[in-house]
Amino acid sequence: MADKKVTTASSGLAGVVDWVDARFPLTSNIKNHLTEYYAPKNFNFWYFFGSLALLVLVMQIVTGIFLTMHYKPDAQQAFASVEYIMRDVFGGNIIRYMHSTGASMFFVVVYLHMFRGLIYGSYRTPRELIWLFGVGIFLVLMGEAFFGYLLPWGQMSYWGAQVIVNLFSTIPFIGPDLSEWLRGDYLVSDATLNRFFAFHVIALPLVLLGLVAVHLIALHEVGSNNPDGVEIKNHKDKKTGIPLDGIPFHPYYTVKDLVGVVVFLMVFAAIAFFAPEMGGYFLEANNFVPADPLKTPAHIAPVWYFTPYYSILRAVPPIGISQFPGVAAMGLSVVVFAFLPWLDKSPVKSIRYRGTLYKGWLTAFVVSFIILGYLGTLPADTWGQFGAWLGKADRATVVARICTVIYFLFFILMPWYTKRDKTKPVPERVAH
Amino acid sequence: MRHILLGLLLLPVLAFASEAEITVKAPVDLGDQASLQRGARTFVNYCLNCHSANYMRYNRLQDIGLSEKQIKDNLLFATEKVGDTMQVAIDPIDAKKWFGATPPDLSVEVRARGADWLYAYLRGFYKDDTRPTGWNNTVYDKVAMPHVLYELQGVQVLNHETHALELVKPGKLSPTEYDEMVGDLTNFMAFMAEPAKQSRQIIGIFVLLFLGVMLVLAKKIKAEYWKDIK
Repeated sequence: MADKKVTTASSGLAGVVDWVDARFPLTSNIKNHLTEYYAPKNFNFWYFFGSLALLVLVMQIVTGIFLTMHYKPDAQQAFASVEYIMRDVFGGNIIRYMHSTGASMFFVVVYLHMFRGLIYGSYRTPRELIWLFGVGIFLVLMGEAFFGYLLPWGQMSYWGAQVIVNLFSTIPFIGPDLSEWLRGDYLVSDATLNRFFAFHVIALPLVLLGLVAVHLIALHEVGSNNPDGVEIKNHKDKKTGIPLDGIPFHPYYTVKDLVGVVVFLMVFAAIAFFAPEMGGYFLEANNFVPADPLKTPAHIAPVWYFTPYYSILRAVPPIGISQFPGVAAMGLSVVVFAFLPWLDKSPVKSIRYRGTLYKGWLTAFVVSFIILGYLGTLPADTWGQFGAWLGKADRATVVARICTVIYFLFFILMPWYTKRDKTKPVPERVAH
Repeated sequence: MRHILLGLLLLPVLAFASEAEITVKAPVDLGDQASLQRGARTFVNYCLNCHSANYMRYNRLQDIGLSEKQIKDNLLFATEKVGDTMQVAIDPIDAKKWFGATPPDLSVEVRARGADWLYAYLRGFYKDDTRPTGWNNTVYDKVAMPHVLYELQGVQVLNHETHALELVKPGKLSPTEYDEMVGDLTNFMAFMAEPAKQSRQIIGIFVLLFLGVMLVLAKKIKAEYWKDIK
């Protein structure tokens, strides 16, 4: 019998695992990150979007690799090569639509993931670094989307890039030289397309993967937050040291996330196969016209996921002839998320135990964000003008300005209203 | 407050309503192969003299029920191969000299403009002596393109009081026949803008069915594992 035990331990799969474990921390990593990573048992709907973001990232990388095999980053050939993918490459149209749908769905998932962080206070101590890495991921993702959007070389690609790069030229003193350096030319051209391609397919994905890795390492160090915002590590089983309200991530959350993944893929497939343009929001009609440096489109709008920030850019009035205030406000509107862990002074984390003051501000913020996003898809004069009593100002601009103010006040006043808010008592352990 | 929110919810609807200039609906039916074939013939005979469709291969017309031989015999000129894309012989520099603008490639025109726009455009030419070509268009003011199909449609003029088009000189086709012809043409151009659309949607149905089965299984596995978690 003793003989048999020795042979089973060193043969077959177990033997291979032993061999690897002596040379690489395989089993311990699987334990630390999956089978003995204890997550709170009360994750709800909002907790699907982290794993879904990872899924979309993988899908974008895989479809991107196949697109790169056929795409030509050349101003003369780029537009045609995309149509070649759509028509002549086997399965090319599906791969391309998965990638274009994936771009928009990435932002859908990430926005919902960020909103989860907001409502349950996931950025609070000890998870500040997870949040900061997350803000970094968001910034890189925006860059990734922007660089990628130039590649089809349609009118919107071209003029969108022209507008965004020109934003840098508003920076005092160094602006014009900076934007020329970014483009590699006096206008968006072949040189710009080539470098944007390089950024899109290698530079930013590398940074993105690195940030996702540290985001997850930091998360698994401190453990996940939960809808109650209580620390499950405060109540551990005395014998085993396992949190009483924790369950192993694998198999419990892997099988639960699998359900989320399938539901998400059904939504994804419904879009990619039946409505890839999403009514012009995922793929804009004007981008089916090849880029023409001599023909500026009447209305240039960014893709929907950038429109809240674009609205803020347009809403902030220039100082003198300088458009820089708008550009600075737009930049700040993204970066400001990084300060949340230090702006929130509430004694509780989760919205479940917060008072009406915070809930009111959060609602105002979300409504403003959506209105800004909607207005950003339209020309600034879309609702006509007010009468002489308001100096005939564009109605949409005035609304966008109000929303911009609310957007920033949500952050600026946070230390004040979170401290004053009437909170409810937080339970010791997770309630539901 | 509630009224304001309700108003904000309705705004998108109102905003889109004000944009809708094109009131006609193009008769696009990608399943109607006879219509697509008639449209292909019109496209090759009329449009393809000045406009290219550089991303569209002739042999892709097999997707609308034409055989390779039919394509060769009816739609190709002597020197072209069936695997070629729909190129055009016109020199872009000459074209620019003649029309003031190079005729755009029409491969994905329907995706850029929309089928309804195109259908309205093809029916919207009217005589306008102030224009160099003698033609203008109700949906594309001061368009550089002359009315290539006027022989078939006849001559329309714009009544500036009612803003309606009136046929003053009938063409070879009756108004109904003309509408059918440009309807077929629009249908073909919608097909050409994305030839793989129909096959993609068929694949999509199977993908969704597969995911539906996956969902049932995934939910069962989840329920099985989670039954001991209270």
